[in-house]
Amino acid sequence: MTRRYGLKDVISHFFINNAVPIIFIVFIAFAIPISGFSGPYLTQQLVIRVSRDSFLVLSLVLPIMAGMGINFGMVLGAMSGQIAIILVLNWGVQGVGGLFLAMAVATPMAVLLGWFSGLILNKAKGREMVTSMMLGFFISGIYQLIVLYFMGKLIPIHNPVLVLSRGYGIRNALSLLTMRMSLDNLIPLKIAGISIPVATYVIIGLLCLFIWWFGKTKLGHDMRAVGQDMGVSEDSGIKVERTRILAIILSTVLACYGQIIYLQNIGTLNTYNGADQTATFAAAALLIGGASVVKASIPNVFIGVVLFHLMFLVSPMAGKNLMGSAMIGEYFRVFVSYGVIALALALYAWKRLKERERARRSLRGTKES
Amino acid sequence: MHRLRQFIDRAGWPRIIIGLVLLSLFLVAPHWGVRIDASLMDTIIRFGMNGVMVLAMIPMVQAGCGLNFGLPLGIIAGLLGATLSIELGLVGVAGFAGAIGIAIPLACLFGWGYGVLLNHVKGDEMMIATYVGFSSVSFMSIMWMVLPYHNPTMIWGYSGQGLRTTVSVDGFWAKILDNLLAIHIGPNFMFPTGTILFFALMAWLMWAFFHTKTGTAMTAVGSNPDYARASGISVDRMRTTSVILSTVYGAIGILLYEQSYGFISLYNGPFFMALPAVAAVLIGGASVNKANITNVVIGTILFQGILTMAPSVINAAIHSDAAEVVRLIVSNGMIVYALTRATRKSR
Repeated sequence: MTRRYGLKDVISHFFINNAVPIIFIVFIAFAIPISGFSGPYLTQQLVIRVSRDSFLVLSLVLPIMAGMGINFGMVLGAMSGQIAIILVLNWGVQGVGGLFLAMAVATPMAVLLGWFSGLILNKAKGREMVTSMMLGFFISGIYQLIVLYFMGKLIPIHNPVLVLSRGYGIRNALSLLTMRMSLDNLIPLKIAGISIPVATYVIIGLLCLFIWWFGKTKLGHDMRAVGQDMGVSEDSGIKVERTRILAIILSTVLACYGQIIYLQNIGTLNTYNGADQTATFAAAALLIGGASVVKASIPNVFIGVVLFHLMFLVSPMAGKNLMGSAMIGEYFRVFVSYGVIALALALYAWKRLKERERARRSLRGTKES
Repeated sequence: MHRLRQFIDRAGWPRIIIGLVLLSLFLVAPHWGVRIDASLMDTIIRFGMNGVMVLAMIPMVQAGCGLNFGLPLGIIAGLLGATLSIELGLVGVAGFAGAIGIAIPLACLFGWGYGVLLNHVKGDEMMIATYVGFSSVSFMSIMWMVLPYHNPTMIWGYSGQGLRTTVSVDGFWAKILDNLLAIHIGPNFMFPTGTILFFALMAWLMWAFFHTKTGTAMTAVGSNPDYARASGISVDRMRTTSVILSTVYGAIGILLYEQSYGFISLYNGPFFMALPAVAAVLIGGASVNKANITNVVIGTILFQGILTMAPSVINAAIHSDAAEVVRLIVSNGMIVYALTRATRKSR
């Protein structure tokens, strides 16, 4: 059976496969002039925002490789990062040292939570995404219980700046002044008036190398095999459940580091509402970059983060200049984050259904001819 | 002993534990000075408020579309009905009936689109439903600002445009069903007869529907799609019908909620409203692919009972407001638990 693809087929295939990024590029191409932002301003903002978010988005890549979809349970990692930051603030460790201490403290928590998350997801094969999302909501309740009620009571917090006036529980917003941008400014560099956080980019680069290298190891190959077909992998001697748990642990730990890097750039810790949105924004960015639920690459991550943040930057101003209200732009970008996830998920599921149908039809075709 | 084991098997441990917790909360409540009759009234009122939204879970679960995490879509139809009815200046019974009358066709329309979408994504319904819900709520946030509403009770006073985040239905149809035939016993107890009767009517309609030919066909689609197709049932049409029915129940459910609550919550109000309804039906013993009216009634009573009792008792006992967090943990934990249960087939 030979297949010939005409030019029209190739083009339509390209558009169908890259529908989401193309829609976004078109949208942004219209919105940038309307917003009226200058080129250097946008570049500076993008350089900062890409350094802030890439690590978080990269943490989603491994579970997709293992066929588990988007790990909305990455918020578990983000929450362990936040708890570690609170503890480090309490101990009064400053600067980059504080950041690395926070990472060290958070790692065991993230490993434990990742392991737990992996166990749960192994019991929910085929609906990993919705389960990981609900797990995120569930653990977020436990996080609130710890931070709002246990800290200051069961967990000693002696720094009064952190604690609510009632004597226990952490304040809504904490200033990370002592750690703010400590990683970004570690190696200062300015090109044409645009400051570049070199150290952060070096770390992101190292992570990319790690993911690339990991894909070539035995474990990486196992993960891909498990993602392709669990039954076949099991038969060929791969421990499927163990591999899946490892993918989730790695993702959770990376998300935890990602959240710490994110927080040092932002400079304030939004104690109670910070982590919830992390997974939504990271997932939206990845999907805007052209990834699907079964396939995500490092280029997808960077294209996605750039497009997502361009949209985030320009839509409030564009909304204000176009409709006379910045709130509309504000709501619009929230709508787009949710909408793009819905759209990308639906497109993917629809494509899979179509392919299954085509496979069935092609079987029938060979019989007839 | 055998009987007991059978009962435990049928009810499941989480349900028994939640039931026992609720019972013990009622038992210890008087000790901390919490009035039983007032708490009982709150539980019944909340049951009536939320019941229909929990009923909305049944059709989609039965037709094999999973739990309706996209309930906010139905809620939005209800909100449109409510705001349009106020915009038209309808009051009293006419207002409430008008709201339902406007909401139902909208819910049918939304539900139809939503159902067609879900037919294209078989196997991933719940995930996509969640994000359909989220994105429709955020889309409507824009709409609430730009739609040309004029009634001064609903729009922002200083800018003269855009709906307020909460709109009071006082003077329109607040508590219209709660107060219908209400039975007052003592100073602290009131039975909202109208609301409960309305819930019973909706439950009966659902029950009757599942005993018609279409309803039976729907259940068949959910339990075995291949068999259903072989016996000449259009699987896609049944699934769409179930989604429409779910959405319509969601729309009516939010109206029932609002008349009792007294306010319409717009913008981010409906964001997480699917989760309590999902948790309630699961606590009542439903699973991802099986739900009935008994599950709804038991689940809503247990869930809303915990919701009413836990805050007042915990507040009175240890002077802490941890109850809200405990509620989050219980309801979301219940959903995670249900999702990890083995089902008919794993893809």
